[in-house]
Amino acid sequence: MPDIKFSKLVVFVNSAVPCALLGWDAYHHRLGANPQEFVLHTTGTSALVFLCLSLAVTPLRKALGLPWLIQFRRTLGLFAFFYGCLHLLAYTWFDKSFNLGAIVEDTLKRPFIFLGMFAFLVLVPLAITSTNKMVKRLGGRRWNRLHKLAYVAAISGVVHYYLLVKADTRVPLAFGFVLAVLFGYRMLNKFLPSLTERRLARTPAAKL
Amino acid sequence: MCDNCRALIEAPIQSDIRGEKMLIKKTDDINSGEITDEKLFWNRRMFIRGAVLVTTATATGMLYRKLATPNQQPPKTDVAQADPGSGYLTPSGEKATGFEDITNYNNFYEFSTSKEGVAPRAKNFVTRPWTVEVGGMVHKPKTFDIDDLIKLSPLEDRVYRFRCVEAWSMIIPWLGFPLKRLLDEVEPMGSAKYVAFTTLFDPERMPNQRREALPWPYVEGLRLDEAMHPLTILTAGLYGKMLPPQNGAPIRLVVPWKYGFKSVKSIVKIALTDTQPRTTWNDVAPDEYGFYSNVNPDVSHPRWSQATERRIGEWGRRDTLMFNGYGDQVARLYSGMDLKVNF
Repeated sequence: MPDIKFSKLVVFVNSAVPCALLGWDAYHHRLGANPQEFVLHTTGTSALVFLCLSLAVTPLRKALGLPWLIQFRRTLGLFAFFYGCLHLLAYTWFDKSFNLGAIVEDTLKRPFIFLGMFAFLVLVPLAITSTNKMVKRLGGRRWNRLHKLAYVAAISGVVHYYLLVKADTRVPLAFGFVLAVLFGYRMLNKFLPSLTERRLARTPAAKL
Repeated sequence: MCDNCRALIEAPIQSDIRGEKMLIKKTDDINSGEITDEKLFWNRRMFIRGAVLVTTATATGMLYRKLATPNQQPPKTDVAQADPGSGYLTPSGEKATGFEDITNYNNFYEFSTSKEGVAPRAKNFVTRPWTVEVGGMVHKPKTFDIDDLIKLSPLEDRVYRFRCVEAWSMIIPWLGFPLKRLLDEVEPMGSAKYVAFTTLFDPERMPNQRREALPWPYVEGLRLDEAMHPLTILTAGLYGKMLPPQNGAPIRLVVPWKYGFKSVKSIVKIALTDTQPRTTWNDVAPDEYGFYSNVNPDVSHPRWSQATERRIGEWGRRDTLMFNGYGDQVARLYSGMDLKVNF
């Protein structure tokens, strides 16, 4: 098992890289002809990437027999939320100039905005309950069940993306494919764990 | 691992005690002189950790650059003014969008579906020799060599608003002549009612045509009266220069009161017909893109609003104008039509 504290730092620093480069490019006016749209798209895509990464932790740790991967899940999930916040801020600021009425109208009128808002709102309780204290307070099982909502957020997020694209749907479809694989793994794992898990000297007692 | 290391470091200290309790027997085998100095050990460790951080962050940064970076453009501190031919204004005094923006932010799916990806991929697009076949319901069908076609009429600067269906807009100083000039040349028959346009289909030169991003070739169409309207121009240049490939070289249509996709690029064929021609985006999504596709803030795209637009180079959004602000000149073409039905 690698040094957890340091590994976490590595994950944190790498997760912050897209934000740092986005800021750097913005400062140097290198975001292209439509910088507002670029920020909007990049933060949105980053949120989806980190959501997928956080959802990939459990399947990967089971399939590869690397239990310590779990230590990164919270960081990745919180970065998904962070990029989601930036995405929402960019929309609120650049597209709607902080006009709350217009945002509500947009949300109710446009399915893709609605789904994006929905995905974000689903992530809020997950971010709030991400602390150790909250895990204890809720109890592992309840906490786990609540955090299955990450899948709901990810699916809404991907459909939100898909609906926005005019013709070339390859990228949103790729996100959908990744989610389907991750979800498929979980389903398979639920019913046929012997097939999907690489065990580390697991005893029947531990299975309980 | 951390604790293990610390135990190793602490081991010689324990062995120094040399007394009753030898906790770690193996340390006896190691001469104390061979043991790495603690400071050095930590330095080395910090160095490795630093290297790991820098390497992974660099790799992530490179991945990000690959996936999410627009064309590196020169810093655009008021590009319009830095441009050689700036000073182009619309009749209402709107300043032309910067040349860099006009030529690096393009929807031209024949090259790439990424707006920033078109310019680099279209860079080596060869536009000579090039012919434009003009036929269909005309008395004098003719295939024009591009250089003859461009000389058909003196080229004029036309500074037009350009509104994309994606809700962004630019001010573009086109260089062209009225399409009417060409149509007069071939003499449309009395029965002709529409004009159909076709973009080049050549996957060798337009690499993204190897993919089915859209059904190729790209086709567009206008009603004959729209095509004959003085605002409708065939365009061979912008900013007083030859049209760059990414903007539709060597010749394209510009219909300023319609969404940008109506202004078909790299035209090889123009045909007059008596039936409404097929148009590509209408084929792909008939509920989203109509045949007319006039700029209309009151008719939303089914998925997004058309009420406002982002003018490239500006911070906030501005209201979209009916017929893109050309209503006084073109509204009469649609009198009596329900524009919500004929969108």
